[in-house]
Amino acid sequence: MSPRTQSQRSHRTDPLGRPPLLLLVPAVLAVALLVVPLLAMLAAIDWRTLPTSLSSAPLRTALWLSLSTSTAAMLVCLVLGLPVAWLLARVDFRGRSLVRVLVTVPMVLPPVVAGVALRTAFGRTGLVGEPLLAATGFAFPFTAWGVVLAHTFVSMPFVVLAIEGALRSADPDYDAAAATLGATRWTTFRRVTIPLALPGIVAGMVLGWARSLGEFGATITFNGNYPGTTQTMPTLIYVTRQSDQDAALALSLVMLVVSVAVLLLLRDRWLGTP
Amino acid sequence: MTSPYSPGLQVDLTVPGRARVELDAEPGAVIAVIGPNGAGKSSFVRALAGLVAADGTALLDGTDLLTLSARDREVGLVFQGQLLFPHLSALDNVAFGPRSRGRSRRDADRTAQDLLDTFGIGHLAGRRPRELSGGQAQRVAIARALATEPRLLLLDEPFTGLDVTAAMALRIELAQHLASFDGVTVLVTHEAIDALTLADQVLVLDRGRVAQHGTPQHVAARPATDHVARLVGVNLVRETDATGVEALTTFSPRDVTVSLRRPEGSARLQWQGSVASAQQHGDAVRLLVDCEPPLLADVTPQAAAELGLAPGRDVWLSVKATAVRRYGSADEDQRGDR
Repeated sequence: MSPRTQSQRSHRTDPLGRPPLLLLVPAVLAVALLVVPLLAMLAAIDWRTLPTSLSSAPLRTALWLSLSTSTAAMLVCLVLGLPVAWLLARVDFRGRSLVRVLVTVPMVLPPVVAGVALRTAFGRTGLVGEPLLAATGFAFPFTAWGVVLAHTFVSMPFVVLAIEGALRSADPDYDAAAATLGATRWTTFRRVTIPLALPGIVAGMVLGWARSLGEFGATITFNGNYPGTTQTMPTLIYVTRQSDQDAALALSLVMLVVSVAVLLLLRDRWLGTP
Repeated sequence: MTSPYSPGLQVDLTVPGRARVELDAEPGAVIAVIGPNGAGKSSFVRALAGLVAADGTALLDGTDLLTLSARDREVGLVFQGQLLFPHLSALDNVAFGPRSRGRSRRDADRTAQDLLDTFGIGHLAGRRPRELSGGQAQRVAIARALATEPRLLLLDEPFTGLDVTAAMALRIELAQHLASFDGVTVLVTHEAIDALTLADQVLVLDRGRVAQHGTPQHVAARPATDHVARLVGVNLVRETDATGVEALTTFSPRDVTVSLRRPEGSARLQWQGSVASAQQHGDAVRLLVDCEPPLLADVTPQAAAELGLAPGRDVWLSVKATAVRRYGSADEDQRGDR
């Protein structure tokens, strides 16, 4: 920004008057509430021991597991969630509202409850888990796939709602235009709807990815906490904190940096707003 | 229903709650559909395109469109506001139809480029819609609708939103294209000039019904609705005689005499009211006089000044019996020129 535009900005007064204090004060408090803990955490980090903490093998294992399971969950959410979002946004079917409510429930469910629910469905003796184990010898709990399943369960509602919003804001008249030009619904979906809603779809995926990365309750309830297979960054931080405060802070810093980096990267590329 | 094959368009359809339209058009015909907002124009056009449900029949070259899905109809629709795909270039927009109908990419691109060339915008093929002017974008939209070689072309207010110069240029160009188009064209418009210059039939819709149907000359000379009378700039007076038969009287604002005292002559062609507005119209001053019904009168600027014809002024209007045209309101569907 050049000095000239900066001075123009500082001299500009809002023609509607100053924002009222009654709104300004709570707004400043809200921002402070969100920022202060992060700053406090940065201040509390012991920068001398940081390199040692960061080079620990458990961190690298847990970070890799977190990144890979979150990414896998995001892809599952896309493959399964995008069609749901499209149906909710574009097809007028009986029970649409009910489907939307059902899809949204996990969003308001306490994650620990989600973990218990997943257990009763996909545990070794669960409704789906038992026949699955009998048929294939595979069971979700205590595996990396179990982590992906838990992540998907808690992230999917966010992804579906975000993508549905994006699809709704893409004018359905474009679909109509494509139909009059002879396009099938699949062609329209592929060549018109998706490109128009792409920024919103990507935003929904990022949201889902971030939600997975921080997932703790459902994951630990469903999968336990085994280094290398089910110990993700949040569970590692939780466990470490009980013995080594400094190491827990170092791990938290890594999570903060990863989250902010992804947010900034995608914001510039996709989300458009400054 | 079995019907003997007949080329062109034979429509008798109802869009529930919106419009009921009957129409018969030969190949190559251009039908202008006019009427006020909410008259059912867009519903009619969307029903023909298959975007809203309709009952009845719409035979296009012997095939009932209403039995086909939107994508299977040989119908091209140019939307109000164009709806060009914003993420595709002009070329890809026009090639979208042929490609969706299974043509190869090369083939579709060639068709699209040829069409853009025909519309004089071949050099803009690589541009996105937002990089085009309103007139250019409308040409792309028309080219896109024509690229699938439709037998029926639907144009929903194609000149709306264009500035006067661009609209006039496109009107002239479109007239040339329509002259060589051998399918049926339905043109929804709210401009009298479109109906008069482009169409060979005018369908006037009012509150979801066909209020009048005839040649542009006929409809302009004997308007059946207030809307059309306003569009062509004439006065329309309705009278119902003792037997309940409605008669219409139309006359030009130029033929109206404005005076401050009650004039001589037939009381039937006199009205009293106050001036509601006065505006420059060509080299005259056009008055809107608030009488029953509201009437237009053109006076010279000198007369306007001498008589003090400002809003609020009470005046008498009269018109000579020789300057009016009287006809019955049932006088419609007379499509022959006279």
